[in-house]
Amino acid sequence: MSKTFSIGGIHPHDNKISINAAIENFPVMERAYISMSQHLGAPAEPVVAKGDKVKTGQLIAKANGFISANVHSSVSGTVNSIEMLPDLSGNLVQHIVINVEGDEWEESIDRSSEINRKIVHSPKEIIDKIAECGIVGLGGAAFPTHIKLSPPPGKKADYLLVNGAECEPYLTSDYRIMLENTEEILIGVKLMMLALGVKKSYIGIEENKPKAIKRMKEIASKGYPEIKIVSLKKRYPQGGEKQLIDAIVGRQVPSMGLPIDVGVVVQNVGTALAVYEAVQKNKPLFEGVVTVTGKCMPEQRNFRMRVGTTFESMIFAVGGFPKDAEKLVSGGPMMGKAVSRIEAASVKSTSALLLLTLEETKRGEEANCIRCAKCVDACPMGLEPYLLNRLSRANRVEDLEANMVHDCIECGSCLYVCPSDIPLLDTIRLSKAKVLKIIRSRPKK
Amino acid sequence: MKKLIVSPAPHLHGKESTKSLMRDVIIALAPSLLVSVYYFGFSAVKLALVGVATAVAVEYVIQKYIVKSKITVNDYSAALTGLLLSLNLPPNSPWWIMFIGSVVAIGIAKMTFGGVGQNLFNPALVGRVFLLVSFPVIMTDYSIPTSWFREGIDAGSGATALSIVKEGLARGLTMDQIFDANNFSYSQMLFSKIGGSVGEVSALALILGFIYLLIRRVIRPHIPVAIIGTVLVFSGVFWLINPESYADPLFNVLTGGILIGSIFMATDYVTSPMSKKGMVLYGIGIGVITMLIRYWGAYPEGISFAILIMNATVPLINMYMKPAKFGKEVKHG
Ligand code: SF4
Ligand code: SF4
Repeated sequence: MSKTFSIGGIHPHDNKISINAAIENFPVMERAYISMSQHLGAPAEPVVAKGDKVKTGQLIAKANGFISANVHSSVSGTVNSIEMLPDLSGNLVQHIVINVEGDEWEESIDRSSEINRKIVHSPKEIIDKIAECGIVGLGGAAFPTHIKLSPPPGKKADYLLVNGAECEPYLTSDYRIMLENTEEILIGVKLMMLALGVKKSYIGIEENKPKAIKRMKEIASKGYPEIKIVSLKKRYPQGGEKQLIDAIVGRQVPSMGLPIDVGVVVQNVGTALAVYEAVQKNKPLFEGVVTVTGKCMPEQRNFRMRVGTTFESMIFAVGGFPKDAEKLVSGGPMMGKAVSRIEAASVKSTSALLLLTLEETKRGEEANCIRCAKCVDACPMGLEPYLLNRLSRANRVEDLEANMVHDCIECGSCLYVCPSDIPLLDTIRLSKAKVLKIIRSRPKK
Repeated sequence: MKKLIVSPAPHLHGKESTKSLMRDVIIALAPSLLVSVYYFGFSAVKLALVGVATAVAVEYVIQKYIVKSKITVNDYSAALTGLLLSLNLPPNSPWWIMFIGSVVAIGIAKMTFGGVGQNLFNPALVGRVFLLVSFPVIMTDYSIPTSWFREGIDAGSGATALSIVKEGLARGLTMDQIFDANNFSYSQMLFSKIGGSVGEVSALALILGFIYLLIRRVIRPHIPVAIIGTVLVFSGVFWLINPESYADPLFNVLTGGILIGSIFMATDYVTSPMSKKGMVLYGIGIGVITMLIRYWGAYPEGISFAILIMNATVPLINMYMKPAKFGKEVKHG
């Protein structure tokens, strides 16, 4: 029996058209644009200067403050400049621009494809290694992994949940690594379990990926008995952190709470692979698998790609910009970000580049709410989007808080289902930010 | 380089629209409409045409010339109101009754509140109740018109099964005597009604529509199930106590518009609650009020009034019956 979360959810067509494309290495570009803000928290601080020679995997920027992460060069060459450049949404962010010369890796990195099963590090060493290698959560928020693996005093984790749901339509990068790097992921999970001191871990995979479930189970049964593979119903947003915990261990994270409040830490399969590479192979996080897809594209492929690759070069690698493509999305179609400039570059957590035609992405004209309650039925947090929208438009902040607008996980299910095409999430997102600000400014009890 | 569209997530949208949903409800009514045409011939066709045409025309004229707003008749919601009202009239109703009903439904019950989505009361029911109060004789004459397909049918008494029962009981007859005297049978009710509104001819056709709506996920089952369940339980208790003078539960469900009312009227999006809990409460309310009217009120049926009364409580239900929130308690820690 597949498990699932208890409230709401929708069933968008999964469109996993790149599912059978094996991972290929993306050619190293001529110039890499490496952002200092690839993670949640403070930007990293550059430790190289213009003109410096760098190697692939060399530390080029240091974590700055408690919530931050190291950044490593994804290429070898000369630092061309350190400057403010627009990121994919057009916000100015400090970047280190490197002119590529060859591809010379740091000698400390183990580049062999042999699987290193032998765990020699202590929990503390594992966490330090993860921090050193700049690992961040690859499931979306890019929260520095070493912090998530160090629960605050007084809180203890019972379970490590690993997200292999990949519930967003189109995305297949997690699927491909689950097939191609199965054992590495399991070792990564084991390392994180050791770091956390938990005895049990579950990897949740949606049932529309039977091959991944089968392969994971097969390998797990051969030496990783503490890791259970759980089949999940295909239902969006199955991979949402709170939904995943609810589905797998039946605990509900309270409003404004964190997974650790119910004794759970959630990581993503991509992060597990990165942890394996960091700890067992000494390899910092400077590349990852990116799905380049879209129905309008001549080909849909999965690439292992260096951080700092421009969206433009990705598009050209699969045959150029299709005439009818009108929207470029970084990430999945439900929660990904629309890219405003194709010159922007990928970051550690970039999972996909999706091109959509106007026909596919068009929102209908907004009409009156017919009170069909479809948004209410769809909301995985049990909110009433139609009401939150109305309250947002009237700017009734107190009522918004009473109706828990701050619990919204911005999954987009409400807007997806609304037959009247009311921009529910657009208004909810704004009022959520407002209410969160108010809540956080209150003195703590 | 061409300009890319930059708008917030989600970047995909479901295919449903008000239009597609209303179209599905109309499709769900098709079996009932077809059966009614079979039984009542031109009368049924005439009522449906006048109903739909009037409803659409009234909405169009009001939007175009009076409130000067966007024209929304192509969302099919006005057409659906006209069709529903036509199916809720006695088969022999004159065309102008239908016309007046549609004008009231759209012009008063829908447009004065601000159009689709804004009305408190179900427009088709407001139209029907208005007609019932203004033209009581016509609205309770259930004689059967001639049909192209059926000849020489027993034109019946011109009364509905429910009113026959109510009168019979008043005259001191027992249920068995009433059933025998009128040749009532359940197969008759399932396939062809003894007397009732146009759309009620066949319970089976209505249930078919219900199943279609559920499969297409247009409606949730909560409201119809709550109403029918309540009617069954309520009438069942009385029937068990005194089967001589109370009709059995099945009879109560199959007659007097319970099916068409609970499947097609009470589930109207705009005028029913938003949460599942609220839907159940609303359905129970309708069921109880319907039975109170049937047993102790002046009208033999009652579901139309019951739905309208409960319509008025919907804002309150929505305020207090919220959907279950995520994370309220640790489920099974
Ligand atoms: S889905 Fe859209 S039309 Fe339906 S209740 Fe929600 S906001 Fe209103
Ligand atoms: S975006 Fe927010 S309000 Fe809308 S369905 Fe998701 S959680 Fe609910």
